[in-house]
Amino acid sequence: MIAVVAATVHNGLGWNLADDMRQLFELHFMVNAFRAGTIVAVVAGAMGWFTVLRRQSFAGHALAVVSFPGAAGAVWLGVSATAGTFVASISAALVIALVPRSASGGGEDSAVIGTVQALALASGVLFVSLYGGFLNSLNGLLFGTFLGITDDQVTTLIIVGAAVLLVLAAIGRPLFFATIDADVAQASGVPVRLLSVVFLVLLGCAAAEVSQITGSLLVFALLVLPAASAQRLTSRPGSSFVLTIVLALAITWVALAAAYFSVYPIGFFVTTIGLGVFVVVTVAQSAKVRIQRRGRSGFTSQGMAA
Amino acid sequence: MFSSMFSSMFSTANPVAGIVHMFGHSFLRRAFLAGTAISLASGLVGYFVVLRRQVFTGEALSHVAFTGALGALAVGAELRVGLYGSCIVFGLLMAALGSRGRADDAVVGSVFAWVLGLGALFLTIYTRSSSASDGTAGVRVLFGSIFGLSRGQTTASVVVSIGVATLILAISRPLLFASIDEAVAGSSGVPVRLLGFGFLGVVGVTAAVATQAVGALLLLGLLAAPAGAAQRLTSRPFTAMWLAAGIAVGSMWAGLSLSYAAPKVPPSFGIVAVASACYLVAIAITTGRRAASFGTPGHDHSDDRPHAHSHSH
Repeated sequence: MIAVVAATVHNGLGWNLADDMRQLFELHFMVNAFRAGTIVAVVAGAMGWFTVLRRQSFAGHALAVVSFPGAAGAVWLGVSATAGTFVASISAALVIALVPRSASGGGEDSAVIGTVQALALASGVLFVSLYGGFLNSLNGLLFGTFLGITDDQVTTLIIVGAAVLLVLAAIGRPLFFATIDADVAQASGVPVRLLSVVFLVLLGCAAAEVSQITGSLLVFALLVLPAASAQRLTSRPGSSFVLTIVLALAITWVALAAAYFSVYPIGFFVTTIGLGVFVVVTVAQSAKVRIQRRGRSGFTSQGMAA
Repeated sequence: MFSSMFSSMFSTANPVAGIVHMFGHSFLRRAFLAGTAISLASGLVGYFVVLRRQVFTGEALSHVAFTGALGALAVGAELRVGLYGSCIVFGLLMAALGSRGRADDAVVGSVFAWVLGLGALFLTIYTRSSSASDGTAGVRVLFGSIFGLSRGQTTASVVVSIGVATLILAISRPLLFASIDEAVAGSSGVPVRLLGFGFLGVVGVTAAVATQAVGALLLLGLLAAPAGAAQRLTSRPFTAMWLAAGIAVGSMWAGLSLSYAAPKVPPSFGIVAVASACYLVAIAITTGRRAASFGTPGHDHSDDRPHAHSHSH
């Protein structure tokens, strides 16, 4: 289907792989898209690995949703949308980190989160409406775009991405400890609370970076799916960390190429490929577990819990 | 800039004349008519959604509503067929899965992200394929189009919303019992499973009708914010239920008026902003009350259950 549609767009996708690659990197905007995508994928993979481990995927989603009014507000005020994205996401991360969590959880907490998200999205619409360019930027901000990424944006992404990775490298070991067993870590002098605040700020940066490619609403696909897939494939921390980044890179590159050769939005490809990888991994894992158990003890197992 | 934004409503010094002028527009009469019915239904349903801790289902429905509506457009069907169809089917599906199907967060979130990605695909297919398509379809589904309702759409919204509100009121007593203590309700003969199933179907219908008012993405602003505020303010169930409905209707009226007075402000922003502000005020009031009754703010986590605080006062 892709090949059929692509013919209308460009020279089209052919059987000559070298020619396809040449087409892909022919235009400067596409080179920038791959640069940005690569940076974003590495940051998303590294941060996503910890995010899934710490079960904070919905915090990541919320921070990404907030990046939408940030970008729209920045466009309205005439400043850089990328800067607006980062400011909004990092401020939201600080708010989430510093507001005390209620002990009961449940219905009311999710009502608060749901309301905040709806308000953030509504503010984004307000800014877009005040700016006046209602249609052009909106779908890109929400569902991702790989068109028109400037050199400046790539530079910003590199600087923020490098900073995130450096801080993550510095706190990685205690953070892992605090994630696996917060009580023991606390007892042995690890500043658990401080680490979680720093981690949320990093997550804000990462969510803002990822939303440059996937759009505000689809950050989950690149932040969570590679890590969730990798952690199912192997339980060794080092290998699953590397595997997460590899998967994130592969998903991003394939999605970029697919979006280039077709007319469909990149958000669709990122989410579909990401979920596809996850489904294949889950099915393969549960089949493997089932075969192993059957071979060992003879009784039919329930398979892996989803 | 702000003063120019508010010019249209207050061009006359007399506020009564301003309001009369406002209702001179047929699009605004329709918006108020449909909006009142929709927000009444959303407030009532939303109260039980929050009480039953199903806000997450509401969030999921907002994704499904978007994709369903645009999927219908992409294959050339009527938008509302896809909207209602997808929301009701999904609501019932969630009910059927129930607690057995409670997968972990990452999986659920990823599936919902994919649903939205699919919606983005349908949006592209729709805007590219039919020459007669209007480019605003995606925005209308995402963020509502209450000022653009036709006469037929208004009638349909009012009929559906009143139906939902009536149904909820009819089953409110057993539903409340089942929501607060499922085990006891079940053992005293309340059809707990049937209620849970039917309720999520009703939530689906509400999501579909509310999508036309505030849009798929802002659904929770109308479903969760009034209910959350009401539950904060009172612990008496029926008072809270009516309060949620009242806050929802009030937010609708205030939001529509705000958007009329300041044309650059989209109506869905006005509605969601007012509803969120109500929630914020409710949190501020109850937090202050709680701090006053306890003296030491450090103890407040012992009193964080949503139903406990007004007893302490």
